[in-house]
Amino acid sequence: MRRYSAFAVAREAARFHSGWERAWRSPQPKKKYDVIIVGAGGHGLATAFYLGKNFGITNVAILEKGWLGGGNTGRNTTIIRSNYLQDPSAALYEKARSLYETLSQDLNYNVMFSPRGVIMLAQTEHEVRGYKRTAHANMLQGVQTEYINAARVKELVPIIDTNGPRYPVLGGLYQARGGTARHDAVAWGYARACSDMGMDIIQQCEVTGVRSSGGKVTGVETSKGAIDCDKLGLVVAGNSGALANMAGFRLPMESVALQALVSEPIKPCMDVVVMANTVHGYMSQSDKGEMVIGGGTDGYNNYTQRGSFHHIEETVRALVETFPMVSRLKMLRQWGGIVDVTGDRSPVIGKTPLGNCFINAGWGTGGFKAIPGGGWATAELIAKGEPGPLSAEFGMERFIEGRFIDESVAAGVAH
Amino acid sequence: MLILECPYCGVKGEETEFHGGGEAHLKRFGPGSSDADFETYLFMRENPKGVHLERWRHVNGCGKWFHVARCTMTLEVFGSYSAQTLEPPKEIKDILSAKRPGWSWRNFS
Amino acid sequence: MSTRLAKGGARIDRSKPVTFSFNGKSLKGFEGDTLASALLANDQMMMGRSFKYHRPRGVVASGAEEPNALMNMGEGSKFEPNQRATTTELFEGLKAGSQNHWPSLEFDVGVVNNALARFLPAGFYYKTFLFPRFAWKHIYEPIVRQSAGLGRAPDKETRDADTYEHFYFFADIVVIGGGLAGLQAAKTAALSGAKVLLMEQDPHWGGRASVDGGELDGAPVADYIAALVAELEGMENVTLRTRMMGAGVYDHGYLLGYERLRDHAPKVAGPRHRLWRIRAGQIITATGAIERPLSFAGNDIPGVMLAGALRDYIADYGVSAGDRVVVVTNNDDAYKTALAVKAVGLDVPVIIDARAAGGGAIADEARAQGIRIENGKAIAKVTGGKRVKSVKICAQAGEGGVLEEIACDAVAMSGGWSPVVHLWSHCGGKLVWDEEHAMFRPDETRPPLGASGEGFVVPAGAANGVMDMGVGLADADHAGRKAVEALGLTPVDVSLPMFDQAAEAPLEPVWMMPQGAGPKLRMKAWLDYQNDVKVSDVQLAAREGYESVEHTKRYTTLGMATDQGKLSNINGLAVLSESLGQAIPDTGTTTFRPPYTPISMGAIGGEARGEVFQPLRRTPMHAWHEAHNATFEPVGQWRRPYAYPRGEESVHEAVNREILATRASLGLLDASTLGKLIVKGPDAGKFLDMLYTNMMSSLKPGKCRYGLMCSENGFLSDDGVVVRLDEETFLCHTTTGGAERIHGHMEEWLQTEWWDWQVYVTNATEQWAQIGVVGPNSRKVLEKLGGVDVSKEALGFMEYTSGKLGGFDARIFRISFAGELSYEIAVPASQGAALWDALFEAGAEYDATPYGTEAMHVMRAEKGFIMIGDETDGTIIPQDLGLHWAISKKKEDFLGKRAQEREFMANPERWQLVGLETVDGSVIPDGAYAVSEGTNANGQRNVEGRVTSTYYSPTLGKGIAMGLLHKGPDRMGETVEFPGTDGKSYSAKVVSAVFYDPEGEKQNV
Repeated sequence: MRRYSAFAVAREAARFHSGWERAWRSPQPKKKYDVIIVGAGGHGLATAFYLGKNFGITNVAILEKGWLGGGNTGRNTTIIRSNYLQDPSAALYEKARSLYETLSQDLNYNVMFSPRGVIMLAQTEHEVRGYKRTAHANMLQGVQTEYINAARVKELVPIIDTNGPRYPVLGGLYQARGGTARHDAVAWGYARACSDMGMDIIQQCEVTGVRSSGGKVTGVETSKGAIDCDKLGLVVAGNSGALANMAGFRLPMESVALQALVSEPIKPCMDVVVMANTVHGYMSQSDKGEMVIGGGTDGYNNYTQRGSFHHIEETVRALVETFPMVSRLKMLRQWGGIVDVTGDRSPVIGKTPLGNCFINAGWGTGGFKAIPGGGWATAELIAKGEPGPLSAEFGMERFIEGRFIDESVAAGVAH
Repeated sequence: MLILECPYCGVKGEETEFHGGGEAHLKRFGPGSSDADFETYLFMRENPKGVHLERWRHVNGCGKWFHVARCTMTLEVFGSYSAQTLEPPKEIKDILSAKRPGWSWRNFS
Repeated sequence: MSTRLAKGGARIDRSKPVTFSFNGKSLKGFEGDTLASALLANDQMMMGRSFKYHRPRGVVASGAEEPNALMNMGEGSKFEPNQRATTTELFEGLKAGSQNHWPSLEFDVGVVNNALARFLPAGFYYKTFLFPRFAWKHIYEPIVRQSAGLGRAPDKETRDADTYEHFYFFADIVVIGGGLAGLQAAKTAALSGAKVLLMEQDPHWGGRASVDGGELDGAPVADYIAALVAELEGMENVTLRTRMMGAGVYDHGYLLGYERLRDHAPKVAGPRHRLWRIRAGQIITATGAIERPLSFAGNDIPGVMLAGALRDYIADYGVSAGDRVVVVTNNDDAYKTALAVKAVGLDVPVIIDARAAGGGAIADEARAQGIRIENGKAIAKVTGGKRVKSVKICAQAGEGGVLEEIACDAVAMSGGWSPVVHLWSHCGGKLVWDEEHAMFRPDETRPPLGASGEGFVVPAGAANGVMDMGVGLADADHAGRKAVEALGLTPVDVSLPMFDQAAEAPLEPVWMMPQGAGPKLRMKAWLDYQNDVKVSDVQLAAREGYESVEHTKRYTTLGMATDQGKLSNINGLAVLSESLGQAIPDTGTTTFRPPYTPISMGAIGGEARGEVFQPLRRTPMHAWHEAHNATFEPVGQWRRPYAYPRGEESVHEAVNREILATRASLGLLDASTLGKLIVKGPDAGKFLDMLYTNMMSSLKPGKCRYGLMCSENGFLSDDGVVVRLDEETFLCHTTTGGAERIHGHMEEWLQTEWWDWQVYVTNATEQWAQIGVVGPNSRKVLEKLGGVDVSKEALGFMEYTSGKLGGFDARIFRISFAGELSYEIAVPASQGAALWDALFEAGAEYDATPYGTEAMHVMRAEKGFIMIGDETDGTIIPQDLGLHWAISKKKEDFLGKRAQEREFMANPERWQLVGLETVDGSVIPDGAYAVSEGTNANGQRNVEGRVTSTYYSPTLGKGIAMGLLHKGPDRMGETVEFPGTDGKSYSAKVVSAVFYDPEGEKQNV
């Protein structure tokens, strides 16, 4: 692989950029691989990358029914943070966040990780206590966060209205090293690195069946023919249920639409990511200048990648309330993605009823920020056949045992 | 932005009048049941691509729960029916068979 | 130069001059002008700078598709960036400024990017800025961000001075687009009896039909349009709206209409925008078509315009873009522009027609007018910087060898027309590639599907790929009939006018001009004007493997600008297809997403802002609280008094005073927000036995019992006192935040699981005001009011009675959340304020003190009572909180019982509730964790517990806390460590959670 650099760009400029090679090869599938990963989204590609990098397993195919990075990796609001409350989540997301810090260099592809800071606003006394709790937990988990007061929030986010008539801002949980990254670039960077290691990324290749015998997977049927494998990883957010059906088991998940929108681009006015959970909205400003706004999920199963407009209304209303100047901007585009939501809204990384088939799924609304960590943990799981410490708590067995990882602890009730 | 019809009050309302309640026809397992049955009851879901039987409540209307047969790929609504039943009624099954020949959902087809 | 012509301009009123300003310069236009036409009339060809290279940009279109002429509009609280000049109607006093330059439009230092353009191809930023690692965030990104963005951000303290509203509408058939096709389709639909809504985004009906003139039934098209509009206006079943855009089509016939009410008249009172939330039986998209640019070098220089736009400016506004207009085309339509320019006495030095065989009948007409036509030719290059100076002509088939240079000051280009398929596509309508016309048009066999599974969108006219006016009318009539039939109505026959159109020569697709252009030319041939995407960028993306159209879009940013690729998408994907050696339909399009053009956030939000952002729930005593300086906290949509500071007192001091006064004598709490659910019926007891962990069926009428509710998953979800009012009737108190949730929970189980049980549930929360009368003197004050006997003998602890209390219709519960002698008095909401006043009057001698939620919290913590939301967080089961006594052992089943038998829930290692007392009397910080030795496998510090409630207790004069601790109840007297985020560590002794009056002597008197 020819390395990317400013020098390389200058060299290519001299010959009208005619010498750039493909970022990833476009091979035909082989008969058999050591590992097949279904799903060339962020998590699938990261899983493959760390299989190669950490375990030297490179006889790997990543199968993608559409185009790589075309699912939720390319549809999210690009927020990266690890200020989670529960130990297993904090460990996983912090691993991901710390890998993001050096991902551009590791992949030789600028994913534009921008640790511009993330603030989660506290707008009720209950939230104040909740975020103070998270700050204490994070301190012991090695996650750098702090609880800040309203004046500091205003200082960091000049466009915010901390004195709104209904839900004044009381403070916030601030993670200075949280931020954003360019979502597509994460998929592309991993894809390029995987391809360079000799892995085959096969796009437009839909898995239509899972072949197994004696409780073990032997291969998959695809739109490009049957392919054998020793191990199978299912990493297909939004389609996990369908794949599990093919493999003959069910999942503790449902698929729903999650929506987002962007404004027209404006000059820089907000350097941090702000999440306002009481009013349900979050916003950041992209490098292009668009205000990137995330909304909520629909309350019904849906595979259309379209959501209901009233959620957009609610989200915009919440943001106008929090950042009044937003009222004078215009919505440029809205879109939806399909997310898999589990019974405790935390992801699943673990074994399946089929011995050599592993799954990474159920990220709900939080998958992008976890990509490097999720890939790292899933690679370890596949390589060793057993979960490592990062994914130990994320197996599906937790739903039998009643051992949940519940991050939605803010039940939001008080006397 | 779905339109659903409440089989109790007969109102055709838009989505904001209703509240989705997830998969229909779950069989409750209580004390004495196996761990696996209990897990299945609480967490395992069909989550189908295509015909789905699900629960809704006319929360900003008459307040009643009811069931809906709907396609998760096109959002087509095949019909709604009483929540006080253990399986979809014949007329709903007939519609499904006409519109989605060969359909099946859990034990129903 | 561009200028106002002496005559003409169908839309302007030359008798009404309008003064406006651009970049601080005062200019004149006429009523009816758009900002773009007025600027052109003032020879302001350059209107902005591009996004990436900061190249000079002129207006290129005349409508919603405009990518370049974007303005900072207005001032102060009415400032708005990125307003399209082409759709901004001119008004007196309008203030606009161009964007994305510094220090000025003419001299922009950002243009250095242009000089470096060769080093900044598509995606260059993915390959650079990699080292040093910190530099992206601190050096490169700030530069990129400052250079990007377009309009100015509104001031940080901006409060929108305008208002917005939402409007619901239901129609059988909604026609989007009030051009000829839309009007005709609406007529067919309306005459057939359907309720019709017809909307047009412009202020004018008729679309572009009148620009191109011609005759229908022997009369000018404009007359036919006027007659159609008049006819529709006269029909009761038709609603017509101009300045209203179909913004988005959603599932089940939901449609957003975006009506701009005051943008053109900002001084008139009323909402600025109105968002129509429409349900349509059928939607007819008569949204017209958009002309495509041609890709030749220098096609972005100000003065290069779409041919149709150039003649729009002449016909509608009497404005010419230049004195010498070169026309370049691959189709017959652009010849109309040449004729229009000629007709107003200006010069067309040449028509460059890329087709070797040239044009049809209209070409002969042009030739007859003396216009030179060059067939099979192309533009090799446009020269000029801030405006066009000349074009260099070459052979279309060649590589760009210049044959001739022709001076000109404007270029009118046409690469053919693309139907506006956005609204068709929003909800899943599919497209088909029309080889003959080189365009994607709606595939009528695969429409978006509605609730019934049938199609609900019908395209009409140019939006359906029918560019011929006469055929378009028939197509519109057909669309109207189809929509009518889909509704089950019978369409009536409508006679259509006769239209003679000369045969056109076929269009020839031209995706690169000239066909064999080398890299130097391709680097100057723009696809996306705003985002600076050139032919070479798309080719680079293809070369690097970004082969999916979505990859190319995202890698190059093609079509991601504020125009969302209205001009660039088809050209871009044609270039991509050519690079990949595949057919255009195999490449496909990117997804069309709402809105069609950007719509204001203000309109999306609607009226719900500020005080009315969400419903506000007030108790009957709210006014009293406000009058007595209460500080409020939001609890759900309620506002509850947090404390009542007096004078200079801090909130914290007020809380302490309220507690001490209550414990010493008498405190009053507005408890009206507590949930009050009535559960009634022969099976009510059986039902509550399933809902609560306790036994409720054994409760005697007149008695109260504290109960716990769990979810089916085993976790504590709510608590409260249950009162058996009579044999068949229970009153279940819930938490403030829990009333609606628990009511729903009860209904769900009753309706979907135990539907044969005879129970009725209703939420009576707001029917009653409820007051906590708390403290050693509480009985005295009630007795002073007189009426119901509330003596110890008549009304014991955890008992209930009702009757007249001081003239009020009261329900009296002797329950205590503070650990004092106390009563909760419920009266009909209408009597709440009066009772509250009466209690203060009667209680004056006892120093009756109102207290808020914080005092309530501290007092319950002093008593070791749990609080849902503090001691619980959705992961806690009653057993964790030592509430075994409230879990019936006798019952076979209740919600949560099976769940609590699971391995992890039955585990004795779970943390348990204890009391915590700091060694030094300080207060443990909220949310602190108790640490134990070592770290876990992920390197996280091991923890063994956490505080759940922590307060300064004024009663005890020290910090107290409740918390969950590993094997807590077995560790009484031990000291545990709570490191704070403040850097200190708090040592706390494990004690009983009941700090105050452990024997209950205070409450049982």
